[in-house]
Amino acid sequence: MATSLSIVFSLIFFLFILHVSSESTLPAEEEEFTEELLFRPLPDRKVLSHFHFQIHTPDTTSYGPHHRLFPKAIYQLVHKYRIRELELSFTQGRWNYESWGGFDPVASSNAKPPGVELWAVFDVPADQVDASWKNLTHTLSGLFCASINFLESSTTYAAPDWSFRSVSSNLRYGSLPREAVCTENLTPWLKLLPCRDKAGLSSLMDRPSIYRGFYHSQRLHLTSSEFDPVASGNGIVLEQTLTIVLQPDALDSHSAFSSSRKFQPSWSMNSLFGRTVDGKCALAKSSNVYVQLEGSLVNNMQDTWNNNDGGFGSNQNIEFSVSPDRMMKEVNSFHGEGSSILYGFSIDDYHSSKPFDLGFKWKLPVTWSCVKAPLRASRFLMGSGNEKGAIALSLQSTEWSQSLPKADNNEQRCRLRVDIFQVVPWYIKVYYHTAKIYVDGMLQSVGETVEKLHVSPSEDKVSPGVMEMILRLPCDMKSAFITLEFDKGFLHIDEYPPDANQGFDIPSAIVSYPDFHTRLQYKEDNNSIKSPMVSKMQEKRTILSYTEVLLVPLTTPDFSMPYNVITITCTVFALYFGSLLNALRRRVGEEERLLKDKKTGKLQLLLSKWSAKLRGKPWEPPSSTPQSSPSKLISSKVLFKVVLIAAIGFGWQYYSG
Amino acid sequence: MTSSPEDDHPKPKQRPIIRLVIFIIAHSFLFCVACTVAGVLALLLLPVLAKKTYVSENALMPGSASPMISDQDVSGATRFINELNSLTLKSPTAGIEIPRLIALHMANLGGEVSYHKFQNQPNKFHPLHFFTSPDAEANIGNSSCESYATNTVGIIRAPRGDGKESIVLVTPYNPVNLSQNEALSLGIAYSAFSLLTQVSWLAKDIIWLTADSRFGQYNSVAAWLRDYHTPSFGGVGKLHADSCHGNNGVHESKLDMIIETEVSDTFRRAGTMAAALVIKVANTGEESGQDSLNIYAEASNGQMPNLDLINIVSYLAIHGQGLHVKLEKLKSLLDSKWLKFIGELFESVGKIARSLNPQWKFGIPANEYVEGSATLVSSLYNQALGVPTGSHGAFRDYQVDAITMEISPKLSRNTKGRQTEFLFRGGRLIEGVIRSVNNLLEKFHQSFFLYLLTSSNKFISVGVYMIAFLLLVAPLPVLAAYLFSDAAKSNPNSENSKPSKSWRWLYHSKTIFLTHLWGAIVSVIPYFLYQIPIPGSGFGSGSDSEHVARLFLWGALSIFILSVVLVFSGYRSTQWALLKSVMVLAAFIGLCLMSVINFATAEIGALLLVPMCLMIKPLKVAGKLQSALNMVLVIVEFPGVALYLVKSAFGLQNGSGYVEFWYWLESLWVWNSATYIYICMVHLPCWFLCFYILFHPCNV
Repeated sequence: MATSLSIVFSLIFFLFILHVSSESTLPAEEEEFTEELLFRPLPDRKVLSHFHFQIHTPDTTSYGPHHRLFPKAIYQLVHKYRIRELELSFTQGRWNYESWGGFDPVASSNAKPPGVELWAVFDVPADQVDASWKNLTHTLSGLFCASINFLESSTTYAAPDWSFRSVSSNLRYGSLPREAVCTENLTPWLKLLPCRDKAGLSSLMDRPSIYRGFYHSQRLHLTSSEFDPVASGNGIVLEQTLTIVLQPDALDSHSAFSSSRKFQPSWSMNSLFGRTVDGKCALAKSSNVYVQLEGSLVNNMQDTWNNNDGGFGSNQNIEFSVSPDRMMKEVNSFHGEGSSILYGFSIDDYHSSKPFDLGFKWKLPVTWSCVKAPLRASRFLMGSGNEKGAIALSLQSTEWSQSLPKADNNEQRCRLRVDIFQVVPWYIKVYYHTAKIYVDGMLQSVGETVEKLHVSPSEDKVSPGVMEMILRLPCDMKSAFITLEFDKGFLHIDEYPPDANQGFDIPSAIVSYPDFHTRLQYKEDNNSIKSPMVSKMQEKRTILSYTEVLLVPLTTPDFSMPYNVITITCTVFALYFGSLLNALRRRVGEEERLLKDKKTGKLQLLLSKWSAKLRGKPWEPPSSTPQSSPSKLISSKVLFKVVLIAAIGFGWQYYSG
Repeated sequence: MTSSPEDDHPKPKQRPIIRLVIFIIAHSFLFCVACTVAGVLALLLLPVLAKKTYVSENALMPGSASPMISDQDVSGATRFINELNSLTLKSPTAGIEIPRLIALHMANLGGEVSYHKFQNQPNKFHPLHFFTSPDAEANIGNSSCESYATNTVGIIRAPRGDGKESIVLVTPYNPVNLSQNEALSLGIAYSAFSLLTQVSWLAKDIIWLTADSRFGQYNSVAAWLRDYHTPSFGGVGKLHADSCHGNNGVHESKLDMIIETEVSDTFRRAGTMAAALVIKVANTGEESGQDSLNIYAEASNGQMPNLDLINIVSYLAIHGQGLHVKLEKLKSLLDSKWLKFIGELFESVGKIARSLNPQWKFGIPANEYVEGSATLVSSLYNQALGVPTGSHGAFRDYQVDAITMEISPKLSRNTKGRQTEFLFRGGRLIEGVIRSVNNLLEKFHQSFFLYLLTSSNKFISVGVYMIAFLLLVAPLPVLAAYLFSDAAKSNPNSENSKPSKSWRWLYHSKTIFLTHLWGAIVSVIPYFLYQIPIPGSGFGSGSDSEHVARLFLWGALSIFILSVVLVFSGYRSTQWALLKSVMVLAAFIGLCLMSVINFATAEIGALLLVPMCLMIKPLKVAGKLQSALNMVLVIVEFPGVALYLVKSAFGLQNGSGYVEFWYWLESLWVWNSATYIYICMVHLPCWFLCFYILFHPCNV
């Protein structure tokens, strides 16, 4: 029995080995790690650095569950929660859509709302999605040292129907605008890389330098086809990016007043990060550095460009300290402004004795502007006071949208499609029926401009309010506003966060333009290696932009109030029980008899009492009624004592306190 | 007091509280006098009871960081001021060029610049606008381009902030006629702004609003705030403003074209406002020894910013920059003899107390007392008036804490070095305050909102100053009860109708109600007066004679309405005591309600109203001395006379009596002050009833 079992087992093992070895003969079925770094000068004298690390592992069925490069934690996560796609981003600062652009692939996929954003698509039956999501948040929270577990509560996440990404009922979306991002989040993120930050491009990540920037966003994107029977074979792709916007320390920071805006500061890797690269990560398949010049920048340099044919990498405008290994030019530029150029540098030949330090030098002043998103979306609060308010979303046209045709071929008015997805916490009670849409100052009926609308109103302490909307706006409009009125709700005292008086956040809304796709198609040279980052840029993707996070001041109780409440309650209780006991103890018949006995008169009694009080001596009842009411005597004494103690207390408070 | 329970059946013993009440009512005269005197005494004692201020919110940490403003910032500011001055001197179109120049400089520093065009909306009296929140007004008439003004707004986005909160800097200036002081205040804000564009510690966005104050400093800030918080999306006015801007395009040539493309006309926002600072430079003060700082904080209806904001400003000004911090004072009180006497009295009492026990820190030096009370009276008056003391008042309407910092340089301002030093000081002060507010995680909530200041570092909290009010007001219900019980007893002829006896006050309350209704009508009349064009004058342009005409028309109308009301209601009250009882009660309720809305008004109102209400008696009943006193009181208490007397007592007189009174009232309703309502609906009816009681026939 045992032998037969072992034979069967060894047979299976043998078959398995055979299977694996036969599969691994194909080159595509290896684990693969690539590291890339993109620099791009920005119009406002800043530099965008975009680290892109990608690890790919083949399908488990073909490759098995053991990995050389792929992080085990992520692999287990994918399998345990059956994740099809996941994106987690930690962001500090705001992406400046106006001067850093909103149209190109890097901006569109790496501009994230402040704080933490997480979304995931699960490959589980619809009724298990919530449970998987909750477990996932806890796991990620542990993995990344962040309070992602707050997304567990059903009041914080939403299930968008169709406006976010694709139509999928298994998608969950949540964001934490208040999450602070720091090195403690970066370290676990780096641990997922095969070389961590010990070698390769990631060794550039000097913590003080990268956190000094104007924008810092670390992102983790995961796609797996493990559970997809159709697209099987792609395995899991883990894409880790870190996007930083840095201001190079220019030597002439405060030079001539008006011309300082035109002079772009020159920079090098060493001046940006304070470090250089000592060669590539040994485990990486390829390790490349790119410098991207935008189309409009190239266009503005065009006139000086052509005169000089001294090979790429040196012209009259710019100069690299290391000559680039290749140059790629955008082929089908979407706008007629000029095609962007990508310079590639391979760092395969560099090592510790010959470190790689790319320098970028401007030789002539130049100004340009980035390609902006079709519309400039911003969101703000209206109204004042603690009772109600309104959320307004403004969409302003940019130069880009003004260049759109006014009417298309079929003589129909050109209409721009805008998708809006917004999650609002339950304590902001949005009245969706109050939605008003103004286009160029004219109030539009909702049916005219809204193509599709899906609203799930919030439920107190259960779920947030979700609004998904497809708008069709005329292309030639200048501005559009959408307003939604809301009432501010009340929270239970234990639901307030520690710093409740700051106000409460409404997470960013997502505005996307599905009519437009950002895509940079580079003509590849013969010697170019297939780069995951460049191919990412060439993917068609929808333009996304995030609006601001809003801060709503809510009515906040005075948290020192429990003390006051206790004091008042105790006083009330004392009075209540005192009079109750008094009433219970009293015998009416007896009192009437006592009153009959006493003939001295109330007034005299009262007067003598008061005079005694004024003199400060204990009151003695008139001798004619020595037996009269001892209780009264006590009460007056008690009253006197109380008054005395109060007076002493008062005096003490003022003159020695 | 004369109740005689002996002849009744022995009643069950009453509860001590009821006995106490009965006792107080019985001794109401003594009680009233004691309470009123104590109330006035408590008011006089307030400067003595003031406590030292302290920064309550620990997160503020004022002065914990050393100032970072460098020579570059200040030299930039100097250059900016010079450019402004040269532009003002030589250019005839400075009104257009100066906002452009400011925008250019803001953009060069790295701010996000936008213009905000607004139309002057003259404040008009709207009878139903009291207590309502400011809202967008759509009824903007079409008017010429001259009625548009342009605020230039620069915003620094905090490099790593999330953009949820912002701090506002306001510098009002008049582009048509830029004064040297305004240029200096712009320079101070420039130096701070220049620094703040470079620092990395910002957590909140910074908005620099250069408010075009050609239509008044308050209006420009209020217009900007209105568009910030309650924008109107559909409007004709906006389009009109755009067309006006097109006309200005002719003058574009001078300045940088690149900047022009960056400056947008769309309204830029930067999150919820945490605090606002209005920066002004005053003319050289009379004390020329030191640069000084004046703080103005009163907003509409006596609202004050959080005390912590004033604390950090005065702390940083005194300890950081060595400025002399001042608050507004009533100058005429400073050398008043009786105040000095009282101060000396308190000082000697304090000395005696200290000789008894050295730990008793009672009493302050007499001159300190006089200064404190001068500040206190001015603070109380400004709060009671309900008119903001500067453009910071506009912020308080949106629950934003704001103050005006008016820096006045010492005499020699001409030299260049002196100006640089001044810019350094101002810039450092602004930087310090912004840094403190920037540290704040929550909004201002830790410290007091209800307080009076006796000096920049001493305050009286609500718990102390309400004692005086309570003492003043306490006699009113007691007196009412006494009068009621007294009238019920002394009126034997109504005994046959026993069930109605206790309800007789209802008839009188009808009278009271009608009088107060009259007061309400009087308060609305000015609205209609403005609708009637006065012959011989254009609309809105007010000459003195026109105001006097309006005033008399108002008076005549009110008297007419009053007589109509009297005739129709059958105003024949037989019992003055009951009438007085209900009147006193109504005054009590009115004062208590007012104390919730504007405490300072209630406090001053109580001081004026309570003696009259207590003393008043028909001439036929009262003795000669009391009648004379009553007559004087009734004459003095009439709102106009009271104002006149107070103003002349404090030496604030300017202009003839009637016009002055009209302007005063106009300012009250234009600023939507609740004091106006109080005067019309509480004070005036009470005064009339007192008048009525004084001349009551008493034919009972």
